[in-house]
Formats: sequence, structure tokens, C-alpha cells
Amino acid sequence: MAQTITQKIFARAANRKFVDAGESVWLNVDVLLTHDVCGPPTFDIFKHEFGTDAKVWNPEKVVVLPDHYIFTENEHAHRNIDLLRQFAAKQGLPNYYDVGTDRYRGVCHVALAEEGFNLPGTVLFGTDSHTCTSGAFGMFGSGIGNTDAAFILGTGKLWEKVPESMKFTFEGQMPEYLTAKDLILQILGDIGTDGATYRAMEFDGEAVYSLPMDERMTLCNMAIEAGGMNGIIGVDAVTEAFVKARTSKPYEVFASDPDATYHSMYRYQVDKMEPVVAMPHSPDNRATVRSVAGTPITKSYIGSCTGGKLTDFMLAAKILKGRKVAVTTNIVPATVLVASQLATESYEGETLRKIFEDAGCSIALPSCAACLGGPADTVGRSVDNDVVVSTTNRNFPGRMGSKHAGVYLASPLTAAASAVTGKLTDPRDFL
Amino acid sequence: METIIQGKAYVLGKNIDTDQIIPAEHLVYSLSDPEEVKMYGKYALSGVPPEQGGLPEGDVPFVQEGSYDSPYTIIIAGPNFGCGSSREHAPFALQVAGAKAIVAESYARIFYRNCVDGGFVIPYETLQQLNKMILTGDELSIDIKANTLTNLTQNVTYQLKPLGDVANIVQAGGIFEYARKNDLMASSQA
Repeated sequence: MAQTITQKIFARAANRKFVDAGESVWLNVDVLLTHDVCGPPTFDIFKHEFGTDAKVWNPEKVVVLPDHYIFTENEHAHRNIDLLRQFAAKQGLPNYYDVGTDRYRGVCHVALAEEGFNLPGTVLFGTDSHTCTSGAFGMFGSGIGNTDAAFILGTGKLWEKVPESMKFTFEGQMPEYLTAKDLILQILGDIGTDGATYRAMEFDGEAVYSLPMDERMTLCNMAIEAGGMNGIIGVDAVTEAFVKARTSKPYEVFASDPDATYHSMYRYQVDKMEPVVAMPHSPDNRATVRSVAGTPITKSYIGSCTGGKLTDFMLAAKILKGRKVAVTTNIVPATVLVASQLATESYEGETLRKIFEDAGCSIALPSCAACLGGPADTVGRSVDNDVVVSTTNRNFPGRMGSKHAGVYLASPLTAAASAVTGKLTDPRDFL
Repeated sequence: METIIQGKAYVLGKNIDTDQIIPAEHLVYSLSDPEEVKMYGKYALSGVPPEQGGLPEGDVPFVQEGSYDSPYTIIIAGPNFGCGSSREHAPFALQVAGAKAIVAESYARIFYRNCVDGGFVIPYETLQQLNKMILTGDELSIDIKANTLTNLTQNVTYQLKPLGDVANIVQAGGIFEYARKNDLMASSQA
């Protein structure tokens, strides 16, 4: 029987040869990810249900990456980090990345990739909706809540319904003004914020496989904004080179059968596509940048698991080099590694850091920061009636802080171009 | 488990995401300390723009200023309720505020799982646009066995979608209770 890549990964994790879309199965989990917001309540439930002296099912498979509320004076946020630290110490978790030490990494989805936890064919669950980011590595990654995570901590298993798959094929060569963010915002505008609920979103086509891993992660990252259970891209030489450079762990490569059954299929010609934004207050509220060009903004924000990776900053640097920003522009590298790369990676002979500093941007320490608003003292948090152009993933009311602010989701090229003019600006005006 | 859920309706629109259900800045509070838990009740649905809360009129807060719980027991909403982040604090906050059930046209997956597996509130689905028919403040009654919702104020009864696969977990009161009953926790421990 023909299966999609997601079905095959489910079948492997359920010790089956074949699984049908729609059936519920128990999956053996390869990695459980958690962070400072959902880790402490997850550990509480674990202790309550399994006993205060219970041990997690496999310490090697639990990855704890604090990233949400790190650089804040909020005492409750600090306490949550302490709770992670205590649990990791008591359980002897080798994959705890403590705040305030040289083990601190930053945004969990990007750090998972950097640290070699993303392995083709595996099953990852995380207490964060953007866990789907890891699907870029030909694996299953999906978000869950604290109770489900606590269940995994104790048993290494979780029930899940085998999703139907939707296929999105991007044909042609990516033009230089187009990014993965534009592709996923295009899809969101077409299918809506519940267009993929409980389904897998499989990305395919020449244009997708021309993208570096950072961009593939952006594509999969926003599957959740369409309600998707997971986003997924098949494995090629680019994936394998990335993985092998970071880990020697074994893995299994799965691919969709050519005659696998899909819920629906969408085809796009990338050279006919345009830079787009999602207007306030929904990620599916799509408009071409041209059609809203000139809309005044008060802030530009380049960061997060979606838009704070090295590739995102390389793209922003192309536009910001030799120019000044007209509005407050926050550069928030996702991880410590990305932050260090700002000082080592160059565009046309200048480091990214220098380009951003000369342009007048403010560079923040790596964390989730204002992508989700955060405590009141979070860098970049929107206030009052801010109008923000942002490379983040979500723009429902109040997402970046103020309930009265409006957020335009955009590519790093569009966010940089708009920063320079102080108005929504098509990046082609500068390229 | 109760067989009837009765109380006042609180009506919302579509795409109520978890940042509206419990804004991220409040996620720092403990979910087990009894004093801090109250904060989740206080801030439940506080991220909904005022004019969109308590339809059809709007400007009706779910929880009154200065209070820690809500006078409303059943939330009525459009499609894609609970989209956005994975925070289990969202269904938890609704439960702490006093909600017992949600009746929406559809749910985002993680929120739905969290409601069921955590045993916080029962997420019913409906085929009708009940948020256009029911008014905030209407007295409602859900018959869990019959799968019906009766609007006692308007004297109308609607059929709800069966809970399907998850009915057993809902009945058990959550995934742990369900797993214990079905011997899934012991057998799955490696």
C-alpha cells in the first residue's frame, strides 16, 4: 500500500508496516522537547502522576531548552528557570541548556537543529506549537500540551491520529526577492488558519529543494498557522550534509510513494509569485506588499524561530547595507550561535553586525523575546498602537504585546526594506 | 462525571487564539500553587479585544475587573477555537475561571487535545453557527448523554457532534485516568 512520508514515520514509530490516515495509534517518541514556559507545569504533572521519585523514561531523549522569558527582571520567570534547573539536576538530564552558562542556546527549534537532535525519520514532540519546524529534516515534529508531555516523560509514548496529507509543490527557480516566508504566507492566504487542521503539510518541488535548511525550517515552522499537525519536507543531500555535520546518530530516510493518497494538492510557480505580508490580525490575511506599500509602520522586528536564523539576517543585510533605518528596528538572533555568526559572517565585505549597527538597528540577546510579547520589560515588545512589520509567525490581537497594536508578518527582505523607509515597502524597490 | 452542564453562555467569534485566551505575559504563574492559580482565572480571555468579547453586543468581559472567576459556564464560539500556541495554560485558565464546556464549530488540534487529555473543559463541536443564535447571558444546558445543547432562555435544543474517539478519555477525566483504567501506563513503561 502506498504511503506518504508522514504515514511511514508513524508506521515506524508504531511498530507497524502500514498505518491508515484517520486511525489513532500509539507512537514511540524519539525526542521530547520542552522550555521554560511549559517545562515547569509539565514536570509538576509528571511528579503528580508518576510519583515524586519517578524517573523519566529516557534522560537522553528529553531536551530542555529555556528560551521564552530569559532576559527579564520578572521573578516568576526566573523561578521557572530554577524549576527547570532543579528537575534537570534531579533527573540527570544531559540535554539541559542552562541559562547564564555557556550551555545556553536560545530559541529551541533552531537550537534543536544546531545540536543535531533533528534526525530524519524520527518522532519529536514538543511543548511548543512551532515544534513542526523540525519537519524540514524529513521527520515528524508536532506541538503538544503539558499533560501529553508529562505522559511521554513517564512512558515514552503518546497517542496520535494519523493525519491526512496535503501537498504543496513549488516549481521553478526562486527569484532573489522571494523567500520561504513568502511561500508559506501565500499558502496561508489560500487555505486559511484552519485549512490544514489535523493534517500534514508536505512541501515539495524544485524550488523547495533549492532552499537551505534555514529556509526549509521557516516553511515547516508556519504549518501550525494553518492548523497543521506537522509540516514536512523530504530528505536530500542538503539535509544529510547538515545532519551529518552535527551528529553521528543513525537515522532512516523515508519518502512519500508516488501513488500515495493526498487530501489535496496545490501547485505554485515561484517565478510568478510576489512578496506578500499577512496583515493584522491573522496569519491568513494575505496581501501583496505592493498593494499595501506606503502603510506607515512604527517598528521593524527581525527575529524568532521563523525569522531569526542566519539566512534571515543575510537577507536583511542585503537591504540594510549602507542604509539607515527610519524606525526602531530590533535584530533578535534566534540562538547564541546565530548571534556569534553576526560577527563572523559578512555580506559584501562587511560583517552582518556592522551592517546592522551602522544602519541604526538595535541588536538583542538571543531568545524568543517579543515574538509572543512576553513580560513587560521584553525587548521589542509592542506598545500602544504600534504598527510592526515582523518576521515572526503569528499576528492575532495582542500577540507581540499590546492589544491595540497591529502586526504585519513579512519576510526579512520586506521587514528590512520597510525599516529603511518607515513604510511597508516591497523589497524589489531596493534589490 | 456529571451528566448535565448548566449555566450562562459567553459568546465569541472565530479564530480565538491562545494569546487571547491567556496572554503570554501571564504564563509565568504556577499552575499548581493555589494562590497563583487564581491569576489564570483573573486573566482568562483577557486578550480578546473588548468589542469582540460577549457577543452579539460586545464589551462584556468574561471575568469582571477585580474578580477571579467568571459568571459564564459555557463558551460558544465559531471555527478554529484555540488556534495558536500549545500552552495548556489556555484550557486551564478557562477551567479555573469556571468554564465547564466549549461549543465551537471547530478547534485547533493542540488546544483540543489539551482540553481532552488534561480533562479541563469538554470541547463540543457543532455543525451550526451557534454563536450567531445564542446570546451572551442566555441560560444553557448540555445533556452529556444525549449530546444536546438546550438554550433555556430561547427554548431551543440543538444536536451536538458526538465526541467520537475521545469520548472515553473525556469520560475518564483525562489521559492519565484513561490510561490507568486501560492499563496503558504500566505496559508502556520502558
